[in-house]
Amino acid sequence: MVAAPAVQAAAAGSTAASLAWLADLAGAPLPTRRQEDWRFTDLSSLAAIPAGVAAPAADQRGDPWAELSLPAGVTRLAGAAAEAQLGTALAVSGCQQHWPVLLNAGARPALLALKVEGDAGTLELPLPAPAGEGVVAWRLLLVLEPGARLDLLQVPAPAPAQRQLLSLVSEVVLGEGARLQLGCLAQGHNQAALFHHLAVRQASGSELQATLVSSGWVLARHEPRVVQEQGAARTRLLGLQRVDGRELADTHSFVRFDGPEGELDQLHKAVADGSGRSVFNGAVQVPRLAQRTNAAQLSRTLLLSDRARIDTKPELEIVADDVKCAHGATVSQLQSEELFYLRSRGIDSTTAAGLLQRAFCQEVLRELPAGALRHDPMTALLGAA
Amino acid sequence: MIRPDAPVLLEIRDLHASVENQPILKGVNLCIRAGEIHAVMGRNGSGKSTLSKVLAGHPAYTVTAGSVLYKGEDLLSLDPEQRSRIGLFLGFQYPVEIPGVSNLEFLRVATNARRGQRGEEELDTFAFEDLVRDRLSVVQMDPAFLDRSVNEGFSGGEKKRNEILQMALLEPVVAILDETDSGLDIDALRIVASGVNQLSSVDNATLLITHYQRLLDLITPDAVHVMAAGRILRSGGKELALELERSGYDWVDAELARLDAEGERQPLEVA
Ligand SMILES: Nc1ncnc2c1ncn2[C@@H]1O[C@H](COP(=O)(O)OP(=O)(O)OP(=O)(O)O)[C@@H](O)[C@H]1O
Ligand SMILES: [Mg+2]
Repeated sequence: MVAAPAVQAAAAGSTAASLAWLADLAGAPLPTRRQEDWRFTDLSSLAAIPAGVAAPAADQRGDPWAELSLPAGVTRLAGAAAEAQLGTALAVSGCQQHWPVLLNAGARPALLALKVEGDAGTLELPLPAPAGEGVVAWRLLLVLEPGARLDLLQVPAPAPAQRQLLSLVSEVVLGEGARLQLGCLAQGHNQAALFHHLAVRQASGSELQATLVSSGWVLARHEPRVVQEQGAARTRLLGLQRVDGRELADTHSFVRFDGPEGELDQLHKAVADGSGRSVFNGAVQVPRLAQRTNAAQLSRTLLLSDRARIDTKPELEIVADDVKCAHGATVSQLQSEELFYLRSRGIDSTTAAGLLQRAFCQEVLRELPAGALRHDPMTALLGAA
Repeated sequence: MIRPDAPVLLEIRDLHASVENQPILKGVNLCIRAGEIHAVMGRNGSGKSTLSKVLAGHPAYTVTAGSVLYKGEDLLSLDPEQRSRIGLFLGFQYPVEIPGVSNLEFLRVATNARRGQRGEEELDTFAFEDLVRDRLSVVQMDPAFLDRSVNEGFSGGEKKRNEILQMALLEPVVAILDETDSGLDIDALRIVASGVNQLSSVDNATLLITHYQRLLDLITPDAVHVMAAGRILRSGGKELALELERSGYDWVDAELARLDAEGERQPLEVA
């Protein structure tokens, strides 16, 4: 791992200058808001993060996961076996050149490559950032053999009070009939940012459920990208992001069906409070060969403040003619009839609003793998009731 | 049971209210004493639910004139939650579904809010489960409904039973039941009516909003009122409901026209 370079002095007051080190690290200029995919996502808040790379805590061999105990059926992939798969999901889903992916590579991430066979039960992957400021990068590769099953919970967490940019790139290859239930519970703090790419290749008959939950980051960007390589697979994407203060959370999802009879069920929820900003862009591509695809996408935003901003956009490209493709987007405030019903039962308006907000979030949180309960995701998201 | 010396629980005087600047209630007068059961009937759109929501404090309705005293105190200055805590209960005509909020938790928070007001200690989860199981029997409701979200996916009749369950837990002083009988099958109607009868005592009062005599066959009202165009047009005893069942509301138009001609705003007093 690279030692943290000395903090480069930022040119006084110049955001561009204080972001230059990130461009150097990625080997590519930062995205700008002139690019469609970054139109609503201002990266200038990254200027507050001091230049440097804080390597995930490692043992002498440079392995931060030396202590990780793997359930039966899960083994480490190394050498040629890992090389053969690494990068394929990024390539298939077309994001190798995405800036957050380049940044991850430039930061020399800690790599964990796993192979899953049979019913492997549950794996929890804590991703605690070490102390030290700057970029912290992880890269995961998960290969599920045909028929394999796994529940995986990732918990990326910034070190307390450290100005950090967490970079997580996960690649997943699902063999025929394999089933992965993946949860990512990402709670940040007011000096931390997160870039998260999740690239998945699905073989036919496989099932993916990915539940991405985040709150508390100055800036968080999630890019789940899924390709059903022969169609005939099931994909369920769930997202929940909460912004408050001046936070920004952005989910750009992408799903493509490269064969017929695939299914997608996507629910993205956002809670926008304070002067927070929430962005959702859901791309779904159904090319001609993907007949009888059945896709549903719903985006629901709960707007709690008139200073908060949301930008949400489905992006459906449907060429096949025999498909079912439903999408919807709702933005609502707390429903006044629901509030009144609760108040008419003696529940004060603050408690009632809290109950309704929890209910809104619960629909997604309950989809996290069971181990997530230990982390009390509701409190992480909304604070103590 | 009418006792002229019983304390007045609810006194509505010349109540006017509007929603979205549209006047709906146009001078409602009604006095309810402890121990009494009143029925309010009237055509669709006559303002019955509006009256119930104004009494419960729905923020969409603005009171433009008149007053409401609850046990002699001004009711209209209180928040909806305060009204509930001091013993006013509205059983909704259309109870809302609240996905994601557990019915059990909701019932417990509501019950504790009322208990707190009465100076009783809060019930923890275990103590509350005992209480709720006991009260479930009043409405013969399956405990499985406790584990679901508030009213979510409940059938029409199940929602109404859930309303009466809430009433059984909150032990209100004045209960307003807005068409609690609609949507109930014959057995459920009997169960709900017997629940209401079990809960009424000499110390509380009930205002039943209904369209049908069949409820009043099971719960005998002490007074029956007919609402029309935002006021109470006629009041009488239980025989008034039977008469409506026979002759309908045709007389209402003539009476309203006569009142308009006279510029009359007061309801007819029926001895
Ligand atoms: N938000 C609103 N905006 C405009 N008019 C309204 C609104 N809410 C109620 N009203 C009108 O007020 C009148 C009284 O409605 P209300 O619900 O009180 O009638 P009701 O007597 O309960 O009828 P039903 O027997 O059908 O339940 C109706 O004409 C209704 O359309
Ligand atoms: Mg009504």
